[in-house]
Amino acid sequence: MPGGPYAARRCYIPFLPGHFMQNQIGAPKGFSLTDPRVRAWLFQIITIVAVVALGWFLFKNTQTNLQHRGITSGFEFLQRSAGFGIAQHLIDYTESDSYARVFVIGLLNTLLVTGIGLVLATLLGFIIGVARLSSNWMINKLATVYVETFRNIPPLLQILFWYFAVFLTMPGPRGSHSLWNMFYLSNRGLNMPAALKADGTWPFLIAVVIAIVAIGVMVKWANKRFEDTGVPFHKFWTGLALLIVIPGLSALVFGSPVHWEMPELRGFNFVGGWVMIPELLALTLALTVYTAAFIAEIVRSGIKSVSHGQTEAARSLGLRPGPTLRKVIIPQALRVIIPPLTSQYLNLAKNSSLAAGIGYPEMVSLFAGTVLNQTGQAIEVIAITMSVYLAISISISLLMNWYNKRIALIER
Amino acid sequence: MKMLKSTLAVLTAATVLGVSSFAQAGATLDAIQKKGFIQCGVSDGLPGFSVPDATGKIQGIDADVCRAVAAAVFGDATKVKFSQLNAKERFTALQSGEIDVLSRNTTWTSSRDAGMGLIFTGVTYYDGVGFLANKKLGVKSAKELDGATICIQAGTTTELNVSDYFRANGLKYTPITFDTSDESAKALESGRCDVLTSDKSQLYAQRSKLATPTDYVVLPETISKEPLGPVVRKGDEEWLNIVKWTLFAMLDAEEAGITSKNVVEEAKSTKNPDVARLLGADGEYGKDLKLPNDWVVKIVSQVGNYGEVFEKNLGKGTPLAIDRGLNALWNNGGIQYAPPVR
Repeated sequence: MPGGPYAARRCYIPFLPGHFMQNQIGAPKGFSLTDPRVRAWLFQIITIVAVVALGWFLFKNTQTNLQHRGITSGFEFLQRSAGFGIAQHLIDYTESDSYARVFVIGLLNTLLVTGIGLVLATLLGFIIGVARLSSNWMINKLATVYVETFRNIPPLLQILFWYFAVFLTMPGPRGSHSLWNMFYLSNRGLNMPAALKADGTWPFLIAVVIAIVAIGVMVKWANKRFEDTGVPFHKFWTGLALLIVIPGLSALVFGSPVHWEMPELRGFNFVGGWVMIPELLALTLALTVYTAAFIAEIVRSGIKSVSHGQTEAARSLGLRPGPTLRKVIIPQALRVIIPPLTSQYLNLAKNSSLAAGIGYPEMVSLFAGTVLNQTGQAIEVIAITMSVYLAISISISLLMNWYNKRIALIER
Repeated sequence: MKMLKSTLAVLTAATVLGVSSFAQAGATLDAIQKKGFIQCGVSDGLPGFSVPDATGKIQGIDADVCRAVAAAVFGDATKVKFSQLNAKERFTALQSGEIDVLSRNTTWTSSRDAGMGLIFTGVTYYDGVGFLANKKLGVKSAKELDGATICIQAGTTTELNVSDYFRANGLKYTPITFDTSDESAKALESGRCDVLTSDKSQLYAQRSKLATPTDYVVLPETISKEPLGPVVRKGDEEWLNIVKWTLFAMLDAEEAGITSKNVVEEAKSTKNPDVARLLGADGEYGKDLKLPNDWVVKIVSQVGNYGEVFEKNLGKGTPLAIDRGLNALWNNGGIQYAPPVR
């Protein structure tokens, strides 16, 4: 997606109303087709009317045809009870719940994969990207091999590989790989201890909020002192100390903030604790590994785009290598990195729909699959699903545009 | 690939519904006669019902029903083209007009008849949902499946019936749903799920496809009614009748003892007025249906009667070895019963 969400920015809008009105002053009065501005307006109005009319025609015609064919239309089906089970639901769900709730579950499952994927792919991508620039031959070549392998294999194949060849070939729950008797990896997924609410939960959360406020105050004070006197302050280390000490004290006084529930093997499967089902593991891993390969290249190009003169200039001003990287190189590199990174985030969100291939219950597999089939209302279900992906993608895009604007070069 | 196909089917549905005019009685038969073949939707590979053989020809009882319709319409059972569809794609393919008839082990329910613009034409096979379990689990009955992980095919009535059964018996389960039956079978073999659930006929078929079929056992319970039959679009009664009566004719032929071996002979020499009407020697019952009058002769001589088709695809001589059971004729201990041709 070259340009991606930024293409719109360059869009040329020939006649804005204000522009037109201003130019009208002093211009010959009356309506004349020879006036290019009048023509431009006319064409735009005709185009809009034509588009709206076409849309209306398609909508009415579809509705009429659905009626004639005896296919139920409308959105009443969302209130009906679904009647089928779902493997993974982040909110409570029973079979008697409505299709609307199934929709929310599918949406949350999509957001879960997208969220985890975005964070992991960004971290991995940055590491690999920096590794590709390493002067260490081994690290450099390993990173190159990684990028060239994973970005050249279609994501669906990678998902199927992780699922069928890796996670489903793990031993069953009884022979699962165990780590400290807390984490169990089997073909039923990754079972881990669950953090449940305990006596110290609320004091702990309040302590975290206090710590964050304290950090805010500290940063403001430190910045002001730096502006006034030029004496730097160890903001990061002080902040980290605040974040550990204040909630730590709360835990000591009010007791542990969480109660750990261990997974236990009973009957067919593990009982208790949290489980990441293999479908989720395979999908997250595949999308992370795939997208990270692209992000690595974006990061590399971003860092490369900052001229070496910048480093030399920073060093000659007496900045040490750490601050040189943090305060000179990375802010400039980010300006190049963020726009294409947004496109990769959008790709990851959209690629999560490939989960239908391995039965992870996200939007496409659950809603556009099972619900569509049980209700037979293809047009409504597909329309809802498409709007969801549009909404997710636009949200990511807006967020990234905002961030991009913040870090953009401020021209004076 | 599957995703692409189902997306395409849905998009086609949207486009066709958006711009085409609606169906009229007779339109389907006219269109079929013009193009010279019947487009028939079958499963994506279910032994005994519709599965490609070594030469790529689709074999099975569902495929033979389509061949019988072609024999009735064209007098030639080979004038069929098959579309292999998964459970999720099947209804949109029919709604959009991509196929003329869906003969794909599809369960007849009221909501499918009422709200989807589709209509079922009869019952090819009376089935019910059962469970296929690994023998290592040591489970003897479905009642012992509390806490089990269950592989199901997405978008089927099985999804609903399993949920009903576990709720009714106060048991818990985790469903893992796949698009195709092959994927569910792979997941069962790898141990991702404890049991696989589907219509019982499919369980035998899927077991026969596993690497070591003898390691798996079909549990005794049948937890639901699954009458499987052909489906057509609503609004074209003429085409509905043709598909409906093709199946009835196959049953009537079996009941009258008409087989592919003796049908031509019987058509010429029968003394039985019932058989004479069925085979077109007496009356114009085929013409009334907008078919050639010897339609049943063509069906039975080229495809066979219901019993022959059942035995050839599902019966004792096949790896599936399914008993006639409910699918025996009504006068033979089953519930297959067809109205008379007259």
